[in-house]
Amino acid sequence: MIYSLCLLLILIGLYGVVVSRQTLKIVVSLLIMNHGVHLLLLLIGYRQGGSPPIVDPGSVISEFASGAVDPLPQALVLTSIVIGLGVLALMVALCVRLYERYGTFDVTEIRRLRG
Amino acid sequence: MMNIDVQTLIPMFVALPLGMSLLIQLVARRRQVLAEVLAIIAMLALMLMSCYAIGNNGIYHLGGWPTPVGIDMRLDDLAILLLLVVNVVGLAVALYSVDYMRRFTARSHFYGLFLLMVTGMNGVVLAGDLFNLYVFLEVAAIASYSLVAFGCAHEELEASFKYIVLGSLSSALILTGVALVYGITGTLNLAHIASRIAQTGMDAPLLLAFGLFICGFSFKSALVPFHAWLPDAHPSAPAPVSAMLSGVLIKAIGIYVLARLAFNVFGVTENELSMLRWLGLLSMVVGGFLAAGQKDIKRLFAYSSISQVGFMVLGLGLGSPLGLVGALYHLVNHALFKSLLFLNAGAVEYATGTRNLNKLGGLNRSLPVTGATSLIGSMSIAGIPPFSGFWSKLIIVLACIEGGFYGFGVAAVLVSIVTLAYQLKVQRMAFFASLPEALHGLRREPPMMALAMILLALGCIALSFVVITGLRDPWLISAAQQVLTMGVFK
Repeated sequence: MIYSLCLLLILIGLYGVVVSRQTLKIVVSLLIMNHGVHLLLLLIGYRQGGSPPIVDPGSVISEFASGAVDPLPQALVLTSIVIGLGVLALMVALCVRLYERYGTFDVTEIRRLRG
Repeated sequence: MMNIDVQTLIPMFVALPLGMSLLIQLVARRRQVLAEVLAIIAMLALMLMSCYAIGNNGIYHLGGWPTPVGIDMRLDDLAILLLLVVNVVGLAVALYSVDYMRRFTARSHFYGLFLLMVTGMNGVVLAGDLFNLYVFLEVAAIASYSLVAFGCAHEELEASFKYIVLGSLSSALILTGVALVYGITGTLNLAHIASRIAQTGMDAPLLLAFGLFICGFSFKSALVPFHAWLPDAHPSAPAPVSAMLSGVLIKAIGIYVLARLAFNVFGVTENELSMLRWLGLLSMVVGGFLAAGQKDIKRLFAYSSISQVGFMVLGLGLGSPLGLVGALYHLVNHALFKSLLFLNAGAVEYATGTRNLNKLGGLNRSLPVTGATSLIGSMSIAGIPPFSGFWSKLIIVLACIEGGFYGFGVAAVLVSIVTLAYQLKVQRMAFFASLPEALHGLRREPPMMALAMILLALGCIALSFVVITGLRDPWLISAAQQVLTMGVFK
């Protein structure tokens, strides 16, 4: 059930990318889509009622492993958020530069390339 | 040199360009010449390292952690093939940029981004697990987005925005695939995923993940339903960047990963192979015909890249050893001659200031090196018998016939005739016809640009002999065999 909500988030983002005409709205839609994927990744490592994946000194590893959530997806999501930040910064910079050149955020008016 | 262990060399393919790009940012702000020197030294070292790695396979465990815990980098023959292509073309492009990039400000940024792109591609090729593959892919992609926009003119910004939107979309698809694969198999290591899938077989979620990967990497390699960004992004970039993008980026982060995932990790079935075949056929035909109608010389070459990538994917989709050899051979050939042709187009633009074929003509007299090398490149890509492109296309066509796919074989032959037609068009309109009034008194191409083009042209000629000599056995055939038998991935 909760996985389908992630899918919904991804699809909302995809819809936004396809139909928006403003460059900045496209950027925001991409962000939503990306975060849908991040949520999916996090959910994959989640366990209902699981403990945080931090080993106390003196705890038994096998017991710990059966009770804790999977820490790997959290590490992956952190990495992916950082990558997303880089792409986001670049995209926003491009939007600003495009506005400087074309005087608009409307993608239907930014079209010199064709053929 | 002889006593260096290849094992310790593996991480250097990533660390050297990464470190060098940071170093360039630190030291070369004031003295741009330093950036050029450092970039060329780095690429030369990388090229020598990839030559040194030929015939050596190995696994490097990052930080000494054993496989299920730590991160692996794997060097097998397919990876070496790709490393050679990336770093040889990269060296030629770095040499070429010395003269070409003089027109731009902030050249140290260009070399920094260029080396980051090389880092990303080397990393993708060596990555032993799915998530690192994704990270390196993003490194290469982000560097290439900003390199496309490097000139900051109208067209470049527009092309880069289109590229970054479609690129992030495909990256999101790929990351979803990574998440699914991790959720199902519980591991990210490519070898472990492969053995898990070999035990349990493909179920529906894995098929979904595989489908997402095929979509994502088809975007990256610009196969036809996913190609919309390429004909804008590749021509708008500065010529050395176009050469890098069309020559190696779409292969290192597109075709290579497709081949790796399809053959080594997921294991192919007839359905998946036929999907690859049809994708290949579509790109081949559509790209070829769209290229024939172009007036802009770089745009024509960009569409031609789509068409030639189609040949490679068709070769992969045949799934036979011969088809794979053809695909890999064509991949190497195409990397050299397409980057050569983009460098030629850059030299033409550098000298004349235009890329419009209608305004060009008779350049053989004023740009002799560009004319001669572009003739070699054109003949190679068009598949004129003694040149390399002929042999690789012949192998792909023979593999089609061997597999019983006569229709695909006929289509491949027809598309190579179309290729010949548009390459002859470029030759006739740009290099052979009479020189227009406006183009009298052109200066010859600068020495470093000429050197880079001659280097790549010699590479094209050398590749023609690969079929005949004993070179192919240790190099091409063993790479293809490792794709089929899974090499160090077992």
